[in-house]
Amino acid sequence: MKDTEGYVTADGRQIGGVLMELNNITLKFGGVTAISDISFDIHEGEIRAIIGPNGAGKSSMLNIISGFYTPTIGELWYKGEKRPQMRPYEIARMGVARTFQNIALFEGMTVLDNVMTGRLTHMHAGVAAQALWYGKARAEEIANREIVEKVIDFLEIQSIRKTPVGRLPYGLKKRVELARALAAEPSILLLDEPMAGMNVEEKEDMSRFILDVNDEFGTTICLIEHDMGVVMDLSDRVVVMDYGKKIGDGPPDEVRNNQDVIDAYLGVPS
Amino acid sequence: MLNDIFIAPFADMIAAPDFLLQVLWEGLVSGILYALIALGFVLIFRSSRIFNFAQGIMVVFAALTLVGLHAMGIPAWISVALTLGVMFILAVSIERIVLRPLVGQPDIILFMASIGITLFLIGGGEIIFGGENKVMITEELGIPTGDTVLEPWGGLLILQHLDITVVLVASALVAALLAFLNYTQMGRAIRALGDDHQAALSVGISLQTVWVLVWFIAGIIALVTGIAWGARAGVSFALEVIAYKALPVLMLGGLESITGAIIGGLLIGILEKLFEIYWGQPLLGGNTETWFAFVLALFVLLFRPQGLFGEKIIERV
Repeated sequence: MKDTEGYVTADGRQIGGVLMELNNITLKFGGVTAISDISFDIHEGEIRAIIGPNGAGKSSMLNIISGFYTPTIGELWYKGEKRPQMRPYEIARMGVARTFQNIALFEGMTVLDNVMTGRLTHMHAGVAAQALWYGKARAEEIANREIVEKVIDFLEIQSIRKTPVGRLPYGLKKRVELARALAAEPSILLLDEPMAGMNVEEKEDMSRFILDVNDEFGTTICLIEHDMGVVMDLSDRVVVMDYGKKIGDGPPDEVRNNQDVIDAYLGVPS
Repeated sequence: MLNDIFIAPFADMIAAPDFLLQVLWEGLVSGILYALIALGFVLIFRSSRIFNFAQGIMVVFAALTLVGLHAMGIPAWISVALTLGVMFILAVSIERIVLRPLVGQPDIILFMASIGITLFLIGGGEIIFGGENKVMITEELGIPTGDTVLEPWGGLLILQHLDITVVLVASALVAALLAFLNYTQMGRAIRALGDDHQAALSVGISLQTVWVLVWFIAGIIALVTGIAWGARAGVSFALEVIAYKALPVLMLGGLESITGAIIGGLLIGILEKLFEIYWGQPLLGGNTETWFAFVLALFVLLFRPQGLFGEKIIERV
C-alpha cells in the first residue's frame, strides 16, 4: 500500500507521489474514541474523498489534518517530513487551506476582503511596513490583489465582490469560502462537506468548480461528503469510515462494491 | 420658560456667531479625543470581544510613565519612545498573562479580567510614580503653547496652538488607523478575527500576534490622549474619567463600528459643549458636561439599542 510512486486514474490523469500520509491515527475525547487506528495517504494532484455515515469521524479527521485537533496516537507525514504538533495557523502557513461544514466566513466584511484574508499566509512585509503602506508591503498588497481577482473571476463571483458576506445566500457563501481557501494557493485543499444543504443545481455548480480547480491549478483536494453519488463522480480515491474505523479504501468503483461499505450505508439485515 | 429653552439659545447663537464658533471648536477638540479613545475600545472589542475597562487607566499610565521617565532626566522625545516601549511590553504581558489562559471564556469573565488589569495599573502606577499630580511636559515635547486670535465677523475667536496640534495629530492618527485597518493584510486580520476565530485560524491568522498588536495600538492611543489631555488638565488619576466619557460614545456609535466611534465621539464632544453653554449654564446652573453624554446615550439606546452604527442583532431561528 505504501507506494510512493504516482498512479494513473481511470480517466487517464497522471497522479503524483504521496503528499500527505496519516499513520495509525487514533483520536479520543475522554472515554469516547472518535477515530481508531486509521491510516491512509493523499497523493499529489488527486481528489481524495472521505465518506461515511453521520458520526463516523470524518470531520474529526479533517480537523486533525488542519491542526484543530491533535491525534491521541499516530503521526502525520507531510511533504516527506513528520509534522510536529502545531497550531492551526502555523499549519495554514504550510499550505493547508480548508473550508468548514457550517461556513466560517467573516460576515461583516465584503466578499473581496474575505478572499483577501486568504492571502495572509503569503504576507511577508512587517507590520510597520504595512502600517506605513511602504515599499514591499505595497508591492505585496498589489500582487495579492491580482491573485485574488483571478480567483474571484474563476469562481464567478465578480458581481458580489463588494457585498458584505452576511447578506449572501447560503450557496454563494459556500463559494466565497472556497474562494478564500483557494486564494491561499494551498498545496492541499480540505473541503468539509462542500455540498451540504445545497440544491441539485448548486451541487452541480460546486462539483464543476471542484473539478476545475483540480484541473486548472493541479490542487490536491481532500473532501468530505456524504452524498454518495457526488463523491463517486468527483473523486479519484475514496476512504470509507464507519464508527471511527476505516472500512474501505480505493477507487470509487471498487469501494462501491465493497460489502462492508454497502452494509454501513444500507444496514445489515438481521 | 419655553422661550428660554427653545428660542433664546438660538437667538444667542445667531447674535454672536463668533462665540458659537468658539464653542464648536472647543467641542471638536474634546470630541476628537473621545473618538480616539473610543477607537481603542472598538479595536479591542472587535478582535477579542473584550469590553476593555482598562482603556481609561492606560491613558493615565502612559502619561505617568512619560512624565516619570522625563523626571529621571531622560530627554523628552527619548521618553516618548521609551513609553511606547513600555506600552508594547504591557500589551505583550496582557496577552501572555491574562488573555491567553482565558481564551474561550465567557465575555463577562474577560470583562472582569480587564477590571483586574485596571486595578493592577492603578496600584502599579502609584507605587512607581507616586500618586500626586504632575505637569505634562508640553514645552519639552515642542508642542506650541501660544494662541492665534481670529476675528470672524468682527468678533473674537481664540484658537490655542495646543488645541490645534491636538486636532491635527489626533486626526492624522485616526486617518492612519482607518487606512491600516481597511487597506492592509494585518488590518484585515484584525477585522477578521472579531468575526470568526475558527475561520481566522484556518487562514493563518495568529490570535496572539493580533491581540498584542491591538493592545499596543490601544497603548499608542492612550499615550497620545494622555499627552493631549495631560497638557490641558495636568497628569493625575482623575484623567481616567475622560475614558469613561468614551462609554456613551460607544453606546451612541455601536460597539463594533469604527465609523460609529469617530462620529459618536465628535457628536458628543460638540453637543455637550453646546448644551453646557447655551442651556446648561443659564438654566441648570452649569456643569452639565459630566452627565450630558450619558443622558444622550440613554436616549439613543431607547430607540436604537444597537447604537447608531452598530450591527443589528438578528436572531434566526
